[in-house]
Amino acid sequence: MNTPNSYRTGPDSDGHFGGYGGRFVAETLMPLIFELEQAYEAAKTDPAFHEELKGLLTHYVGRESPLYFAERLTAHCGGPKIYLKREDLNHTGAHKVNNCLGQVLLARRMGKTRIIAETGAGMHGVAAATVSARFGFPCVVYMGEVDVERQKANVFRMRLLGAEVRAVKSGSRTLKDAMNEAMRDWVANVSDTFYMIGTAAGPHPYPAMVRDFQSVIGTETRAQILEREGRLPDLVTACVGGGSNAIGMFHPFLDDADVEIHGVEAAGKGTDTPYHAATLSKGIPGVLHGQRSYLLQDDDGQVLEAHSISAGLDYPGVGPEHSWLRDTGRVKYFSATDKEAVDAFVALSRLEGIIPALESSHAIAHVMRVARQMEKDKLIVACLSGRGDKDANTVAAVLGEKI
Amino acid sequence: MSRIAARFEELKKANRAAFIPFITAGDPDGETTAAMLEKLPAAGADLIELGVPFSDPMADGPSIQAASQRALKAGMRLTKVLELVRRFRKTDAKTPIVLMGYYNPIHKYGTALFVKDAVEAGVDGLITVDLPPEEDDVLRLPAASHGLDIVRLATPTTNDERLKTILNGAGGFLYYVSITGVTGTKSFADDEVHAAVARLQAATGLPCAVGFGIKTPERAAAVAKFADAAVVGSAIVDRMASGAKLEDVLAYCTELAEAVHGARI
Repeated sequence: MNTPNSYRTGPDSDGHFGGYGGRFVAETLMPLIFELEQAYEAAKTDPAFHEELKGLLTHYVGRESPLYFAERLTAHCGGPKIYLKREDLNHTGAHKVNNCLGQVLLARRMGKTRIIAETGAGMHGVAAATVSARFGFPCVVYMGEVDVERQKANVFRMRLLGAEVRAVKSGSRTLKDAMNEAMRDWVANVSDTFYMIGTAAGPHPYPAMVRDFQSVIGTETRAQILEREGRLPDLVTACVGGGSNAIGMFHPFLDDADVEIHGVEAAGKGTDTPYHAATLSKGIPGVLHGQRSYLLQDDDGQVLEAHSISAGLDYPGVGPEHSWLRDTGRVKYFSATDKEAVDAFVALSRLEGIIPALESSHAIAHVMRVARQMEKDKLIVACLSGRGDKDANTVAAVLGEKI
Repeated sequence: MSRIAARFEELKKANRAAFIPFITAGDPDGETTAAMLEKLPAAGADLIELGVPFSDPMADGPSIQAASQRALKAGMRLTKVLELVRRFRKTDAKTPIVLMGYYNPIHKYGTALFVKDAVEAGVDGLITVDLPPEEDDVLRLPAASHGLDIVRLATPTTNDERLKTILNGAGGFLYYVSITGVTGTKSFADDEVHAAVARLQAATGLPCAVGFGIKTPERAAAVAKFADAAVVGSAIVDRMASGAKLEDVLAYCTELAEAVHGARI
């Protein structure tokens, strides 16, 4: 494959990143995604839209988020300086709110009166419920029945925020089925409903739009590291489920040839077992949820269930831009197992007094692995995409402690 | 002339609409589907829509979702769907079969290879729910060279400009999704669907079928007065799911067929 002049110009006008992305939805939805695309293109060039979004990100979310030098983690690994981008300090406790605020402003511009969303662990559901409360929209969140059971605290938070949580009983009753059900709702409520997708995936324009809203992560990080260290990092890394925090972190660095970029997927119980969510390592290209991208599937093209200890990474697909970045070789994708993630979860808690989300713990696990092989004068930045309070029950169970 | 075109021409001469039953291949197992397929033409089916099960049927309501799950659990796969069609063609050379499903199993099979194998098996058309005109060259171009019809869908959200895109490359017949919603969930007002179908018929020479909201012989008859075909899916699938005997399901199909065939008398 030829090296492109820039890795930041995609997608094309049909939403393709190389052979990935596109619009694979039922005909009923085609006019709606065109309408959304037009509305987003108009908003992008409207200074008032950006000004309002920036104001909310500053005063409601608490941006910019700090770029924190993890001194004791650095010493513990004995390698390069490790910085953490603190998305866990955002309002609602994760990066998800960056995207939800952008989309809710768009929903209002489009005159929509109802928000729907899908959620896995519940972090996007909470963020969607939060912005819906803030802007006075009724909100319905689809969540797999299995996830409703294992994330009870987030279900309560969503209800407290005024959202209706609908437990999805079809298929594997997890995130992919929640997304199917949200699509079915959208098809049935075409005139008034705005579908707030939580990750950089789905039919065009979602992957590009969500990336743009999340790119605030990488844009801030780039300026912050230049200010702190006077140079760009040698390695930037983030966890990848659908891949929204990762693409937000990576995108502003894609054309910095000296910056190595690593995505970290969930290896679950191991990529040599059927129990993982390592789509880019183990999947093959396929079509699901409106896009062509790497996908965990069997030899009949049936979608396989993913597994990860972190519900937010428990998804058999991945955003299309990651698939393209994988194939071009610009970003390298690795994985971390459930065990490595839990070890990193504990390590960061003890070393830095920061309890990371299990999702983000996969990126920390990768950092701890690679830091040992890198020289001390290098710089690493990892995205700490969310806080780990929500995972207390899960990790306690693994550690054999009763709460 | 293709089997689909020949069948609609026949019906037009007789001033009758087509009755198109939908069943999910492999629900509850392959042998039942084979028996059902063999008997459907005698029960009054003019064309048959055979659902290809998929793990994530986003455009389907609870009935067909469950049918897909049952079929997959019983081991149905795309290669076996083609086998079912091949078997059917040993007893019936005239009744068109249209496969309805989602793109990923075809994508995984390999689109060009699938088109070739499907035509060889005796498939006449494909409805691929999540493959809009913008993305379907990969399937439509090989299909065109093998004489396989790509059946496109129009919906209540389709405006005139969109309709042009849909019709450009459409084959076999045009499928009007009569509701905004998933299969088997809502019903529609006859006059609205009548107006919508009239608009489609004015824009294309292709026959126009109506589906997604027809649950009773009465509704099928109402649609058959103006549409070129009435598709019934969930109502048949529900009877299969309830454990009804095959002959009872077929008797219900005959009721639907008679309602459709008698609608213009």
